[in-house]
Amino acid sequence: MTGFLRAYGKWLIILPPLLYLLVFFLIPFGFALKISLSETALSVPPFRDVLQFSADGHPHLSLNFDNFRYLFTDEVYGLSYLYSLKTAFFSTLVCLLVGYPMAYAIARSSKSMQNILLLIIILPFWTSFLLRVYALEGIIRETGLLNTALLWLGVIHQPLQIMHTTAAVYLGIIYSYLPFMVLPLFATLEKLDHSLLEAAADLGSPPWRSFIDVTLPLSMPGIIAGSMLVFIPAIGEFVIPTLLGGPDNLMIGRVLWDEFFGNRDWPVASAVAIAFLVLLVGPIALYQHYSTKQLEA
Amino acid sequence: MHDRPSPLLLSVLWIGIAILYVPILVLIAYSFNASALVSVWGGFSTSWYTALVHNDQVLDAAWLSLQVGVVVSSAAVVLGTLAAISLVRFTRFRGRLLLTGMVNAPLVMPEIVTGITQLLLFISMLHVMGWPHRGFLTICIAHIAFCTAYVTVTVQSRLYNVDRSLEEAAMDLGSGPVRAFLDTTLPAIMPALASSWLLSFTLSLDDLVISSFVSGPGASTLPMVIFSKVKLGVTPDINALASLIICAVGACVILAGVIMRRADRRRTLDMQLAER
Repeated sequence: MTGFLRAYGKWLIILPPLLYLLVFFLIPFGFALKISLSETALSVPPFRDVLQFSADGHPHLSLNFDNFRYLFTDEVYGLSYLYSLKTAFFSTLVCLLVGYPMAYAIARSSKSMQNILLLIIILPFWTSFLLRVYALEGIIRETGLLNTALLWLGVIHQPLQIMHTTAAVYLGIIYSYLPFMVLPLFATLEKLDHSLLEAAADLGSPPWRSFIDVTLPLSMPGIIAGSMLVFIPAIGEFVIPTLLGGPDNLMIGRVLWDEFFGNRDWPVASAVAIAFLVLLVGPIALYQHYSTKQLEA
Repeated sequence: MHDRPSPLLLSVLWIGIAILYVPILVLIAYSFNASALVSVWGGFSTSWYTALVHNDQVLDAAWLSLQVGVVVSSAAVVLGTLAAISLVRFTRFRGRLLLTGMVNAPLVMPEIVTGITQLLLFISMLHVMGWPHRGFLTICIAHIAFCTAYVTVTVQSRLYNVDRSLEEAAMDLGSGPVRAFLDTTLPAIMPALASSWLLSFTLSLDDLVISSFVSGPGASTLPMVIFSKVKLGVTPDINALASLIICAVGACVILAGVIMRRADRRRTLDMQLAER
């Protein structure tokens, strides 16, 4: 018994999480692939199985690539995907521009101040995402705090229409995802060896030069991990464009939701999800590479 | 690098923090608004809070979400800790790369993709084996998957920093590997286990997209109820509900943070005393 445990004991630790994630996270993508290759049917569930058995029990495999072909013929998918990429890219950029100085300021604070500031940054991440998006609506709607304040200050004379516009979607993503950018950036900036900056200063490098030559390259893992943590989920964002955006803000997440719940076209929805996933493989691999590196450093 | 940050940096930091907090504070303030018109301040009132107590739809959903949260976070802590031990302690095994991928991918995978694929799995399982019916169980299964990923990452970073010499000393003194782990390393990673339980609980309590896909008729979690109401616009009773949730979660997180820091400090103190 002890010999058995010594030889196979580690598998008792590895297998439960491995099998769980395999069955309930990875294998579902296989089912999505299978259903994306099946035909839509008026039945419950609303598709025909790719594997059919004829009357005499012979299996009969019929793969249907029409759903994928449909993605390329109907413009709405390509356009909404490109639109999502664009929205995610610019929101990530703004998050980086705002988040970098924040992370830098935290990293340069005293140790006790760091803990407090980190808690302040993390706290919104713990409280509900959905409720924070909803809270933002209270600020930017026509009679919200922002318009009231600007009108009172006399900056504007007509309330700004922000809700249900592209600007609201950008604001929503930046507001919701900012902590995801700050935390990995802080993790790399905190480890930065200060003597390198001193050496650069001793050799006559002005502070902005040392920043570009030393700080920026050394914080690259944090920049990439933080950017991916914002960029990838933002592409598939559903709640923000639905609650804050207008009818023009057709992001891929919304299209998927409508395809599934509105049109009940599961094979096409699966095909959209699979195509989406294929395009995400690159960024996800990049994220994994840099986050593992950061963890093991 | 602990010299004082420049005033410019500090102002960006505080503006960023203000952006994060102002909407939440405004929401809480408006939950005490007596007026049903969200734009007009009609005086202080707690009527929206009392209205919540009589809202069965909200109470049922809250009860379901709490039950799901407890089941999910407990299971996720066990699975995630096992995964973290596997990844940190066993440097070579078949499937290591696969496991690494499967604990990192859910952190960034858009929820809508995870939700659709998991729903398709459950539908196919139901079709073939007549089980599981969509509802409480399928919500739990789906949540455990992504919470496990968060737990793994949290515990993993803690495990990397644990000094293994204590565990080796225990083994030298005759403890078996499991016993040595339970006596030395487990107490050291306990704060990470506690915080990842809390993290899983809040993530599960907050999830809208995945729940919407994998849930069945009659099983609506709190975010699903909130979302269907919020789609129609800002409503004062949701302001009250949102304030309650945000304050409860915020208080728990701060309290847990304080308790854990204290436990941590005592532990380091004990270690320093022992080393003398």
